[in-house]
Amino acid sequence: MKTVVIGVIGADVHAVGNKIIDHVLTEHGFNVVNIGVLSSQEDFINAAIETNAEAILVSSLYGHGEMDCRFMKENCVEAGLSHVKLYVGGNIVVGKQDFQDVEARFKKMGFDRVYPPGINIEDAVADLKEDLNIE
Amino acid sequence: MSVHLLVDFGSTYTKLTAVDIDEEIIIGTSKAMTTVKTDVLDGFNVALSKLENAHPQMGEISAVSACSSAAGGLKMAAIGLVEELTAEAAKRACLGAGALVNHVYAHHLSKKEIKALKQADIDIILLAGGTDGGNKECIIHNATKLKEANLDVPIIVAGNKDAADDIETIFETGQVEYYIVDNVMPKLKVLNVHAAKDVIRQIFITKIIEAKGIKKAEEKTGEIIMPTPESVLYAAELLAKGHEEVEGYGELMIIDVGGATTDVHTIGDGYPKRAEVVLKGLQEPFAKRTVEGDLGMRYSANALVSLMSPYEFKQYYKDVNEDDIQASVKKRYEHVDYLPENEEEEAFDEALARICCDYSMSRHVGTVEVVYTPLGNMYYQTGKDLTEIKYVIGTGGVLINHKDPKRILKEVNQKSDKRLELRPTDPIFLIDKDYILAAMGLLGQKHPKLALKLMKRHLT
Ligand code: B12
Repeated sequence: MKTVVIGVIGADVHAVGNKIIDHVLTEHGFNVVNIGVLSSQEDFINAAIETNAEAILVSSLYGHGEMDCRFMKENCVEAGLSHVKLYVGGNIVVGKQDFQDVEARFKKMGFDRVYPPGINIEDAVADLKEDLNIE
Repeated sequence: MSVHLLVDFGSTYTKLTAVDIDEEIIIGTSKAMTTVKTDVLDGFNVALSKLENAHPQMGEISAVSACSSAAGGLKMAAIGLVEELTAEAAKRACLGAGALVNHVYAHHLSKKEIKALKQADIDIILLAGGTDGGNKECIIHNATKLKEANLDVPIIVAGNKDAADDIETIFETGQVEYYIVDNVMPKLKVLNVHAAKDVIRQIFITKIIEAKGIKKAEEKTGEIIMPTPESVLYAAELLAKGHEEVEGYGELMIIDVGGATTDVHTIGDGYPKRAEVVLKGLQEPFAKRTVEGDLGMRYSANALVSLMSPYEFKQYYKDVNEDDIQASVKKRYEHVDYLPENEEEEAFDEALARICCDYSMSRHVGTVEVVYTPLGNMYYQTGKDLTEIKYVIGTGGVLINHKDPKRILKEVNQKSDKRLELRPTDPIFLIDKDYILAAMGLLGQKHPKLALKLMKRHLT
């Protein structure tokens, strides 16, 4: 069973989407380690190390995702997690911005997949299975 | 009359407490120097005749229970993966079992760390790492290194269960004495120390006691059932929770200022007291013990003063002559049975005790940290919030024999220069003046209600 770490980064308390992601990924046979809301980069990284996770799915809903996610990839590399896939989704920036732009910025920061608001979580599951070579 | 004798083989003194089970009273207590270097029974016999002479009417002893922290107590090393997670969980399992933990390692053991382990005086190693189903590469690497090191120290494996078979294979090819038990952190941030604590106690009873020359005492005392600090922690838990219709005291703390260490035990959840504070980090044990090997009145007096400048020392004893500090300290750690013979020396002991209380509290309680976020300040708590703890109970020679021990205990309270530490604010102070806590932990194994009643009567 493949392990993934999920959680909501920064000072963000939006808990509903996180619960749904937990449920859907579990249904699809993942071992979900949910660190919940108000999680720091360090919390994600420590969780991934101990649980041997293969992907980290970061949620950010409150608009400050770009700031909270700065240097996350670098910190993962530093902690020996270069191989771990990094995803981010939710309302990751303030207000409505051109998504292609946003995606490009987060990819440059080292995220493997970046999702716009309102994404169907099943689409992300398909990506995850592809990236982790499942089936 | 049915007399239960409780024996604590301490680092300095062997302490006896006789309890009349039918009358529900403590008949008396006595002590004598612990004599591990010669024959541990010598000290025991001296203490016993003192007790019998003082209480000639005392009936025949029908049961004996004993604990021990003699010959350096129980010393352990804890190894995990992430410092704040499995390494911390492993450390807490050791502390909860009554051990002193001076060596804690995270991630892959290096040659340097293996060397340090080889040179260290350690009784047991606790090896953790990875949640169940999580990382197993690290714990397997560390098991391999430990095997190669040929340490001749029992190793308890309490890590990722998926690694257990591989580790068994590794250890079986070497001459390693090992025990595989449940993971100390089976799921992320979930602490599970019971299985590890049980084997620690088992190894302590069967092996360590023997190696330290204390086994011989069992001819007279029956099996030595646990390390002394574990017994105190058990007494604390009993006193907090109560038993059947006898009510307990609720959340409480015991601080034991000894010759070699200062131990702090708290019973309580310690959850955040304010809604805006968010709890972080590994789950805390309900009954939590920390032990400070560099804070003690005699063996560790030197280590204690080396933590601070003479100026800082003066904050605890303003009339001290700075040039005398070293000499006073030397006198204490070279003569661990030293008792102050004048007012200056008493004041010096009081200063040491204050420092033990103050510093051990800083390390025991949780802290809040202010995080500046886009949405304003947020407060994160790590560890326990003990601001509302109701009782703080002092024990250990210096507190018990002091004329005003509560003055010393006040050092545990909240301080203006340590605002981020979640220390007690206005607790009721009690003193273990008859020195019975460890004994009551022992008695409580068989007679919990009686032990509880006696503690409530004797702690004042
Ligand atoms: C409910 C709510 C709250 C509640 C949250 C209660 C709780 N504990 O959950 C409360 C009132 C506390 C709240 C507070 C705030 N909120 Co609010 N909130 C909402 C609201 C109305 C619904 C959120 C929700 O639950 N949606 C339902 C779930 C199922 O959807 P979801 O969270 O989007 O998650 C799904 C997807 O996004 C996706 N997804 C999420 N993460 C990831 C990650 C990956 C990798 C992938 C693949 C997919 C994915 O999958 C999820 C499941 O389908 C939204 C508006 C909206 N309609 O979305 C605003 C909204 C999120 N909030 C907003 C704001 C600004 C705030 C506040 C800052 C307001 C303030 N000034 O005080 C505070 C922030 C508090 C904090 N510290 O976090 C803004 C964010 C704007 C932005 N990003 O630019 C929104 C969008 C409203 C708006 N249009 O302005 N909020």
